[in-house]
Amino acid sequence: MSINRTDVLLCCGSGCVSAGSLKVKEKMVEQLAKHGLTDEINIIETGCMGPCDYGPVMMVYPEGVFYKKVTPEDVPELVEEHFVKGRPLHRLMIQEGNKVIANKEDIPFYKKQVKVALENCGYINPEKIEEYIAVGGYEALGVALTEKTPQDAIDVIKNSGLRGRGGGGFPTGLKWQFVHDAEGSPKYVVCNGDEGDPGAFMDRSLLEGDPHRVLEGMMLAGYATGASEGFFYIRAEYPLAIRRIRNAIKQAREYGLIGKNIMGTEFCFDAEVRTGAGAFVCGEETALIKSIEGRRGQPIPKPPFPANRGLRENPTLVNNVETLGNIPTIFRKGAEWFAGMGIETSRGTKVFALTGDVKNTGLVEVPMGITLRELIYDVGGGMADGKKFKAVQLGGPSGGCLTEQHLDCSIDYETLKNLGAMVGSGGVIVMADNNCMVNVAKFFLEFSMEESCGKCTPCRVGLKMMHTILDRICQGKGQEGDVEELERLGETIKQTSLCGLGQTAPNPVLSTLRYFRHEYEEHLEKKSCSTCTCLNLMHFEIDKEKCIGCSLCARKCPVSCITGSREEKFTIAQDPCVKCGNCFEVCPVKAVQKLPGMAELTAVNSSFSSLYE
Amino acid sequence: MKTLEELRKIREKAQQDMKLRESNTRVKVVVGMGTSGIAMGARDVMKAILDEVSKRGLADVVVTQTGEKGLSSMEPVVDVIEEGKPVVTYGNMTPDKARRIVAEHIVNGRIVNDYVVAAQR
Repeated sequence: MSINRTDVLLCCGSGCVSAGSLKVKEKMVEQLAKHGLTDEINIIETGCMGPCDYGPVMMVYPEGVFYKKVTPEDVPELVEEHFVKGRPLHRLMIQEGNKVIANKEDIPFYKKQVKVALENCGYINPEKIEEYIAVGGYEALGVALTEKTPQDAIDVIKNSGLRGRGGGGFPTGLKWQFVHDAEGSPKYVVCNGDEGDPGAFMDRSLLEGDPHRVLEGMMLAGYATGASEGFFYIRAEYPLAIRRIRNAIKQAREYGLIGKNIMGTEFCFDAEVRTGAGAFVCGEETALIKSIEGRRGQPIPKPPFPANRGLRENPTLVNNVETLGNIPTIFRKGAEWFAGMGIETSRGTKVFALTGDVKNTGLVEVPMGITLRELIYDVGGGMADGKKFKAVQLGGPSGGCLTEQHLDCSIDYETLKNLGAMVGSGGVIVMADNNCMVNVAKFFLEFSMEESCGKCTPCRVGLKMMHTILDRICQGKGQEGDVEELERLGETIKQTSLCGLGQTAPNPVLSTLRYFRHEYEEHLEKKSCSTCTCLNLMHFEIDKEKCIGCSLCARKCPVSCITGSREEKFTIAQDPCVKCGNCFEVCPVKAVQKLPGMAELTAVNSSFSSLYE
Repeated sequence: MKTLEELRKIREKAQQDMKLRESNTRVKVVVGMGTSGIAMGARDVMKAILDEVSKRGLADVVVTQTGEKGLSSMEPVVDVIEEGKPVVTYGNMTPDKARRIVAEHIVNGRIVNDYVVAAQR
């Protein structure tokens, strides 16, 4: 037993690290040493605590005080006040109105959250197996190995109603059954950690924050299905996740939790990490398996499903990181407990990566069936900077955009699918009214287009055709019938593509066509982008009433298209203007305005045009 | 590790090291660490308490600190808080007196009346 009296849990999730939590740690170590407190206070690096917007964040136990936005400059005061004098530093605590919120439980961000997969994330040191064991880790594995048959284990997951958390939503227990029943040996378990959606970081956080949980989940899956080897397929862009999983496997091996005859039973299991090179399509299970085999990451037709013929032509179970993360807790607390959360067809909880124009961006875990409004306004704290809500994008490049009228819809697999979006892997991007939906659709389509593996024609050529049309609409060169053509192409690609990438890639376009059709029509007919996002469909103008003639804009203009004087004020020549936005940024009196619609050419312009001829 | 029992033993030991992060502790010892407390040697008192708690392996005791308590003439001041019992405040602490409190009050449950300043609900 150590002499330390305080545990400082410092969030070292990727968000907080980039906000500077490692520098904070360095400074804390230095300051604690200065006050002679090194032996009494223990600094522990944890995984993501969730409220990334407040990063770097830390929790101080035993008091349970939560600090936000701690900078290295704050550290001397923090150490002096809290660790020497025992006075919590109110300045760095979360405040609601004039009230300081001391405890994590009282922070609105955490109130509606229910943590299952993220239970230990931000509470334990992910690099110490002892801490995971202390919170009940590997108990589920031990009990299952000694007291349950593989079929019992499968039934637990079947009864829990757990469905794949990677996007597909396939019942996990059923998948296990297929692999269990399949003939062939050895069987494999693959953990799909190829998280690639823009704006998604759930799997990454779980792998970084609680690697042993995912490993235990994988071993339970291995026991239930009869597999003896596991692979973690993690993209190379997640170096910390790879390091932590490797470390977890090493520690488990030292404790005899991995290897031969685990817990004195017949069960043998080993696991290793395979890094992906960052191709989005490798998140598709058959492409992922090819990639592990060392071949080109391209999907193959199903059936046969990986459950029958997967890795090295043997039965293979492919489960997502978060799915495996739920397994140990389901075994520990029981299938009924898990099934008690959520609604009819969607049980348990789901982790979402909340990003965009919302106050509390970060990692959240909520029960299935919660409404979008609760997720965005209660957990997310509402729109940032008083902006107005316009749309929410769920499911990344495979998902769709929903509008204000859908805010009271429940978040579950079926409801979202019927609305044209999807739970997907759990990326939630909240957008304010300054986002052009045509442009948003174009962004996601561009992503899928570039990530298409090129194997099948609908996806390879079709997405490119859709992108060309979207691009010309944004440039103001849209043609009659473009909208209908987009719909026709989208439906065809969905029906005829080989894998999930192509089958879902048109969703962002189709869902925006469904709910924001007027914006497409505005771009096409009025040649105007009301949010002033599409540069060809907007222009800059100087309000002569407001202009003070300071000439700052003219001096900053890279193409010298702004002319005028103090007396006459300044004007922008529309023709040569490249719409860089410099004048808009620098104007001290906000006289430069963004206006929707194409600019009308003026006499000044024609004189400029003649210069170019 | 070859059995579930072994795992559970490792867990019990590991839980000891994480007890600070749990809220279900039996006794909370709060040392007044205001300017006057520190000047009167509250840090040494605290260290003595931590040392004694650690030596005796008291897993359910949490030692923490607070700011100025307003009892400057009796610093260092230590509160012993037990669930469902009156809060006992001790004054004019020294490291040796503090060790006695750990032994008699916290371990054996006998309040050390010699040093008590106040007991309140």
